[in-house]
Amino acid sequence: MDLRPTADQRALQASARDLLACRFGRERLRAAVDSPALDRALWRELGAAGFFALRLPEADGGVGLGLPEAVLVFEEAGRALLPGPLVAGHLLAGVVPGAATGERVVGLCDVGADGARLWEHPADCDELILVEGTGPDASAEIGGSDAPPVGAGTDAPPKTAGLDAPPEDAGSDAPPESAGPGAPPEDAAHAYWNASDWPTLAPLRSVDPLTPLARVVSYPRRAPRALDVPRLRREAALLTAALQLGSAARTVEMAVEHARRREQFGVRIGAFQAVKHLCAEMLIRVEIARSAVYAASLTGQSLPVIGAKVLADEAAVRNARDCLQVHGGIGFTWEADVHLHLKRAWLRLEQWQSGAKAEEALAEALLAGEVAV
Amino acid sequence: MDLTYTPEEEEFRVRLREWLAKALPELPARPDPLDWPARRAYDLGWQRRLYDAGYGSLHWDASPTQRLIFLEETELAGAPYVGANFVGLLHAGPTIAAEGTDEQRARWLPPILRGEAVWCQGFSEPDAGSDLAALRTRAVRDGDDYVITGQKTWTSHAEIADWCELLVRTDPEAPRHRGISWLAMPMDAPGITVRPLRTLAGPAEFAEVFLDEVRVPVANRVGAEHDGWRVTMVTLSFERGTAFVGEVVACRRTLGGLARTARVNGRWDDPVLRRRLGRLNAEFTALWRLIQWNVGAAGAAGGTPGAGGSVFKLRYSQARQELYDAAAEVLGTAGALDADQEWTAARLSSLSYTIAAGTSQIQRDIIAERLLDLPKGR
Repeated sequence: MDLRPTADQRALQASARDLLACRFGRERLRAAVDSPALDRALWRELGAAGFFALRLPEADGGVGLGLPEAVLVFEEAGRALLPGPLVAGHLLAGVVPGAATGERVVGLCDVGADGARLWEHPADCDELILVEGTGPDASAEIGGSDAPPVGAGTDAPPKTAGLDAPPEDAGSDAPPESAGPGAPPEDAAHAYWNASDWPTLAPLRSVDPLTPLARVVSYPRRAPRALDVPRLRREAALLTAALQLGSAARTVEMAVEHARRREQFGVRIGAFQAVKHLCAEMLIRVEIARSAVYAASLTGQSLPVIGAKVLADEAAVRNARDCLQVHGGIGFTWEADVHLHLKRAWLRLEQWQSGAKAEEALAEALLAGEVAV
Repeated sequence: MDLTYTPEEEEFRVRLREWLAKALPELPARPDPLDWPARRAYDLGWQRRLYDAGYGSLHWDASPTQRLIFLEETELAGAPYVGANFVGLLHAGPTIAAEGTDEQRARWLPPILRGEAVWCQGFSEPDAGSDLAALRTRAVRDGDDYVITGQKTWTSHAEIADWCELLVRTDPEAPRHRGISWLAMPMDAPGITVRPLRTLAGPAEFAEVFLDEVRVPVANRVGAEHDGWRVTMVTLSFERGTAFVGEVVACRRTLGGLARTARVNGRWDDPVLRRRLGRLNAEFTALWRLIQWNVGAAGAAGGTPGAGGSVFKLRYSQARQELYDAAAEVLGTAGALDADQEWTAARLSSLSYTIAAGTSQIQRDIIAERLLDLPKGR
């Protein structure tokens, strides 16, 4: 038993870091801040490197790796602040043609979660998969690390009746919950394929300059997809947690690099206990989140994923704030990258598992005696 | 990344579990927590049972994974905690095993394992505390003996101990980390006075130990003369790294008990409290994973836990305090103020966790300087 990555896994992570350093260095990052339209060439490069097809079987042109490896690669994407619908691209490779290679950009929008219905990079997506409903999830398994990604090879339509809502619904403002007698039962979760221009959107200027957002007001229910939505949500939460972990680890490094270099009152500020202790707490948050995220990628259970997301969210958000504090006035400027980490961490905090719902689920699990070792 | 155990480890777990199921019902009733001689007898009796069953030396003479399984299973089964044997089994024993001579190992380890000797820890001093290297207790060489004069404090179990792992200054001229030696001092030596210290948690757990020209043979020194600091770091890495495994299991069980109590007494209707308990669930689950991480790291490093122990110790000591603060919320006003509640006692004792074994502030310094390589300074 050793929770730490194996030599092979460390090598995979290092190569992901090198790739991102080459293809998405600081200049490209700042260019993306000025012009957040998705870089299609970069997206295809990621596809060619196997970023999206990491968990597809080799027979289907994938890399044939598992969720633990995906988590390590997503951690690197989080470190590098790589923009784009990364989670959607990865989870829907093998489901949406062209997603695995990065030829086509696919978005993923959870309209059943808690009413936020946010969709990242709406103008850049060629396709959109909508998920809705609250499927039973409690202690379901993610599946072993060699299981194929969500929905791979499962194209049979779901059995629930009434999924073929008429296309006229496209323009309707009615919320999906009141879509009439044909609407799916509320305790079921469903996924639909949509053309990216079918939903009705309300404008929303994203706080994160790297991630354009739209609020989905209404959408047609077309082309049902046989996706395992609870599992898709779990894996999305875990990969989002991995992105948060990478960002949290990067902001510790940024704070420490600054504290080692910057001098005030004649000494390097890293010698001040007040600064030291901020940095130490940042590292502790990373280590605790890392243990939780890596373990969740192995155990395949829903609760560890929820817990890992809670802790990784905390690590990313609070570390970015502390990093800003260590940088002082410099940290408050647009030129420093600290705010980009903080804003992205805020955005991910709202995605896939909100704090309140996650903590409630973890509390309910205590009652059920689900304190697995 | 791997959380599975080998077939041998699984078999070890199953056999241990079966043995615990038979051994625990045969245990005598637990003694009054204030009756120290009875506690000593009870704890040593349990250690003897472990020894006879072949589980005696698991605290140091086993792989980190086996140690983890042992601590996890004994806690899950509700077995007695190491109690009076804490220092012998978790600090002094592992240190002697790692740093002692063959003769020293043969002399001191079997009595610890057989439940015949209790050790205490003579590290802290009134004017040193977390600044351990500031210790002033002096040992002057006189023939084959050291003659020791000084004072130790926060010495757990001193009044029932047979031996003390003692840090003394053997070279007052040397830089403060260099002139220290690690000695095994018999507690019945002339010149030792033990005075119990009452703590805010009530019953005396600690004592002050006064040393007035106590003679300890030079042969009782573990490690080289003046090299006690390095030996001490081995002791402390055990103290911070693995000593809390069973407690984390216990905390997770306590948390489940708190949730069920809140459900019964109506406090569960408070969403703020519910969320707090849910948050703690994530926290203790992750702490358990961090232990597993550290066990993997310790296995790779030859068994000694590294500075990662500071990361665990710091977060765990905070989480434990949050747990018992949440317990007070669950109990409600009257329950939170009832000193006879089991959870109240645990809440009071949890206050020591961010101080003992190096304060949280010291741990942060260690993490910043050793793990993040920030410049030294204050």
